[in-house]
Amino acid sequence: MSTSTQPPPVVAPREAVPPAVPARRPPRRRRRHRRIADALGVLIALASVFPVYWMVSSSFQPGRDIRSPGSSWHPLGGTLDNFRRVLEGGGFVSALRTSLAVTLLTVAVALLFAFLAALAVSRFRFRGRRSFVLVLLAIQMIPAEGLFISQYKMLEGWDLLGTVTGLTLVYVASVLPFTIWTLRGFVAGVPVELEEAAMVDGCSRTRAFFTVTFPLLAPGLVATGVYGFIQAWNEFTLALVVMTREENRTLPVWLSTFTDTNRGTDWGAVMAGSTLIAVPVVVLFLLVQHRMASGLAAGAVKG
Amino acid sequence: MATTAPPAAPLRRPALSRRALPYGLLVPAGVALALALGYPLVRQLLLSTQDYGLAQQFGQPAEQVGAGNFRELLTDPQLWLVVLRSVLFCAVNAALTMALGTGVALLMRGMSRPVRVLVQSALLLAWAMPVLAALTVWQWMFDAQYGVVNALLVAAGADYAGHSWLLEPLSFFAVATVVVVWMSVPFVAFTVYAGLTQVPEEVLEAAQLDGAGAWQRFRHVLVPSVRPVLLVVGLLQVVWDLRVFTQIYVLQGAGGVASETNLLGTYVYRLGIGEGRFGLAAAAAVLMLVLTALLTFPYVRAMLRQEES
Repeated sequence: MSTSTQPPPVVAPREAVPPAVPARRPPRRRRRHRRIADALGVLIALASVFPVYWMVSSSFQPGRDIRSPGSSWHPLGGTLDNFRRVLEGGGFVSALRTSLAVTLLTVAVALLFAFLAALAVSRFRFRGRRSFVLVLLAIQMIPAEGLFISQYKMLEGWDLLGTVTGLTLVYVASVLPFTIWTLRGFVAGVPVELEEAAMVDGCSRTRAFFTVTFPLLAPGLVATGVYGFIQAWNEFTLALVVMTREENRTLPVWLSTFTDTNRGTDWGAVMAGSTLIAVPVVVLFLLVQHRMASGLAAGAVKG
Repeated sequence: MATTAPPAAPLRRPALSRRALPYGLLVPAGVALALALGYPLVRQLLLSTQDYGLAQQFGQPAEQVGAGNFRELLTDPQLWLVVLRSVLFCAVNAALTMALGTGVALLMRGMSRPVRVLVQSALLLAWAMPVLAALTVWQWMFDAQYGVVNALLVAAGADYAGHSWLLEPLSFFAVATVVVVWMSVPFVAFTVYAGLTQVPEEVLEAAQLDGAGAWQRFRHVLVPSVRPVLLVVGLLQVVWDLRVFTQIYVLQGAGGVASETNLLGTYVYRLGIGEGRFGLAAAAAVLMLVLTALLTFPYVRAMLRQEES
């Protein structure tokens, strides 16, 4: 589902690698370079963060002020009316319910299936193992936009069009390859010797796994689950195609129809809705960003 | 999907079930993938050779037309316009994203620590924004009447009061490009920066001692050492920008003229879900898959090689 949503982080942004101090370079020139880089950096930061700021700021603007952009510059314009209108509109709450159901179900199912598959791939040597990993890689290259017609027809044929089950089914499949790939790295990161030591002490293989390895995998499971959550929460294309009835819309689809009116979009409410949708994703993303990156790196080199 | 994996086998089970265990563990994931990706893929190929329209939707049997759909598409100038537009949009966006992302990564090396942290936090925020929320904000900022962009331009003395950005195809794609690039630069910047931090400072110093200027150090030391990263990230950008759907679809809804701004994704959508010409849409989607496969082939091959070593 990495289609139109943001790409997963591939490598950790490494901080705290202090640039070595080349003693030979004239210090004055170096300081000037640093000042230029810093100035540009502040500009980049502003450009990058401005839309986010504008969204949050607009969402707190009273209706009359939002029509004159001059006043929107003040952060937190002081009203919660926009949020109230969004929540009372009804569409948001029902979309929230659908989104939560689909997202949580997707995460639970995908995590369980991926966990089993990751175990197989990283703890066993068997025929077809390599092919399976290669298929996973290839699948990730299939654009969702190239399949939605037949996925739509398929769900229609199974009477699953517009249902949470139907959308979950296609979401699970699109989250799985990446989830297996990442979990594989986390499983491979736990030395098998730890389990073997427990088995020498008399544990069964199963028990050794669940008492020794499983707890060590918890952070990996959380990080991968969060990734699946973000993907399913943000996905738009399939939800647009599959969730055809108004009462079954997910949040992104709801948001897209909310602005769709030709005349007089209620921008304050739209920005409040956007903010409400963005907050959980931003928080989760920031929490697991680093762990995801290290898991991915492990997945690329181990297993 | 009534598939539950057998529980992990205890040590002293007979050899056969031990050998079957990994396959059992793969069953749930395998079934889900085959059901929701493999089966539609096959159906898609079949559908693309059928005359499947609204009549078939209501029970008429579908007629086999062989390569008919493909012939119709490939001889339709409309499709070639869409392909050309998609490839151009993809090229411009991927190139811009790569140039800006790499530039930011290089700049981050030279920043003082607090500024670097500031830049990284800002990039993370932009990166984490859900596509649709981000799109809505940009739409609002480019709003003809009350958008901040027009307000700023007017304040700067330009005649942009009430200017509609989405009406003209060219400025429509300019807005789409701003949105796409804004959202994808953080990924490139972080990944390339991570690659750059792996380049030992001593190597750069040595090059400098040998008299290499800033550009030469960049060209002959930094670029070669992060080339694999640049290649992979660049290809990912190409793939993502070729299949861009959400941005175009939403901006079309906000005032763009669909027939003049369709890219491959929205073209397939409007043919299939919009007009009910499922056979034709499936054929267009197959063409899209082929195009993507051609473009990703080098990437997949590179990954395979890494997997082998």
